[in-house]
Amino acid sequence: MALTPAEVRTIARLARLAIGEQDIPHYARNLSRILEFVAQLDRADTRDIAPMAHPLDMAQRLREDVVTETDQRDVFQQNAPQVQAGLYIVPKIIE
Amino acid sequence: MEWETVIGLEIHTQLLTRSKIFSGAATAFGAPPNTQACLVDLGYPGVLPVLNQEAVRMAVKFGLAIGATIAPRSVFARKNYFYPDLPKGYQISQYELPVVSRGSVEIELEDGASKRIGITRAHLEEDAGKSLHEGFAGVSGIDLNRAGTPLLEIVSEPDLRSAREAVTYMKKIHTLVRYLGICDGNMQEGSFRCDANVSLRRKGEVKFGTRAELKNINSFHFVEKAINYEIGRQAELLESGGKVVQETRLYDSKKNETRSMRNKEEANDYRYFPDPDLLPLEIAPQLIEAVRNTLPELPDAKRQRFAERYGLSGYDAGLLTASRELADYYEAVVEAVGGEPKACANWVMGELAAALNRDNQDITASPVSAAALAGLIKRVLDNTVSGKLAKEVFEAMWAGEGDADAVIAKRGLTQITDSSAIEKVIEEVMVANAEQLAAYRAGKDKLFAFFVGQVMKASKGKANPQQVNELLLKKLKG
Repeated sequence: MALTPAEVRTIARLARLAIGEQDIPHYARNLSRILEFVAQLDRADTRDIAPMAHPLDMAQRLREDVVTETDQRDVFQQNAPQVQAGLYIVPKIIE
Repeated sequence: MEWETVIGLEIHTQLLTRSKIFSGAATAFGAPPNTQACLVDLGYPGVLPVLNQEAVRMAVKFGLAIGATIAPRSVFARKNYFYPDLPKGYQISQYELPVVSRGSVEIELEDGASKRIGITRAHLEEDAGKSLHEGFAGVSGIDLNRAGTPLLEIVSEPDLRSAREAVTYMKKIHTLVRYLGICDGNMQEGSFRCDANVSLRRKGEVKFGTRAELKNINSFHFVEKAINYEIGRQAELLESGGKVVQETRLYDSKKNETRSMRNKEEANDYRYFPDPDLLPLEIAPQLIEAVRNTLPELPDAKRQRFAERYGLSGYDAGLLTASRELADYYEAVVEAVGGEPKACANWVMGELAAALNRDNQDITASPVSAAALAGLIKRVLDNTVSGKLAKEVFEAMWAGEGDADAVIAKRGLTQITDSSAIEKVIEEVMVANAEQLAAYRAGKDKLFAFFVGQVMKASKGKANPQQVNELLLKKLKG
């Protein structure tokens, strides 16, 4: 289960992590070891085990459809690096 | 080379809940930016999503209406991608176990035949926010009011074979979700949106060709145009020995073309996995039965009933049942008139529809109520007013001049049905047009229409046309 350098670059891009070219072999080795560790589970016999979506054996509680949140934009936007006319400002996302 | 088009649609419908799918923020359209985005919608650390039960009921309602399987247990998953209109870095959606699966609808094709379109699945998910690019220099503005609005994504089987069929299917779903009251269907506001997967294959080939996914299509008209453009593009590519690349393409309605957004190599790898913040959704049979009891008469059933009970053509029944509100209006008119369903249908689809269309009004805001229109139709049926002048009465009613009787009285539009009065007019017309009379009597039958016209004109359109015909025929003979 050894990851290729190309796979490492893909994973880094998906996670929006900038990693140096010189560090790729290092990451490939370490990530591969993590996968190998988890791959031990492949040896478990799961024929009679129902797939599990959540470790808790409970169902989702539902809420009533009522508006409970009031407008607190001014408070929330104090944490934003930049706002304008009520909008959160981010680096340009399209060409 | 003959190509077969294969289309599948993914329709996103915003559910008509008051609050968001996982938070208590409001979903109303048009609020000032970010005033309806709470900590959950903003993706702050430490907050947890709690599912809105109304969104679940609405999904179940849709599932029942398309004869689908409602999953007794379904699971929410994280769809991971980075984009600022989704602050968490993932969208909560459903992947392996959607709430609704394997349903279908019937669409009517142009030749009158009906075709079953499979619906693979319909799953609950949250909408993203909106990014605004215009008017900003080097930056983008983000409005997260829409983030977290509940969506039901309805995924069809690749059963559609032309742009026309795709539009028909889309309209069918549009009508259905409005009947069910789960979506307002407002395409301008983005409540009802569609992506289309389009591919071509050689006629007779079983394997599907490589598909392109068309995004950003926000009207029925554009769906048809975008798909037709894409069919042309792919056919040209294949004819010239090229290959279609699997990619996402954006439809540009101004240029009427599709262009590449990103290809498969750059495509997002969504890395779906069950959302640990949300336990599995369990839907008990009791809930399904309770929702089933709230189902209204569905469009197909209503259409069939209209055709049978009112003796309407399939086409007319389809038009009158296009929305629940229009169908209710029509039935109210028929009831108030006390029958004559065809005359009522003609008025509703004719004068009323034209006036609504002209003034861009919704049936629910019609200035002429069902009772008022019935009042007018009754006056046409009992010969108080001619069919032609009734249109004038209708316009006056539309303009707020009162009910039919008031307008007819005020404008003196009562039809003349007194034979002796009509005869008198005919005699005057005959005297005034001696030359034509002689020509008619000499065998120029065509002049009959001329005399009808003259009599109607002399009576200001008020003479009963049938009586005019009968009496003229007698009088002209001499």
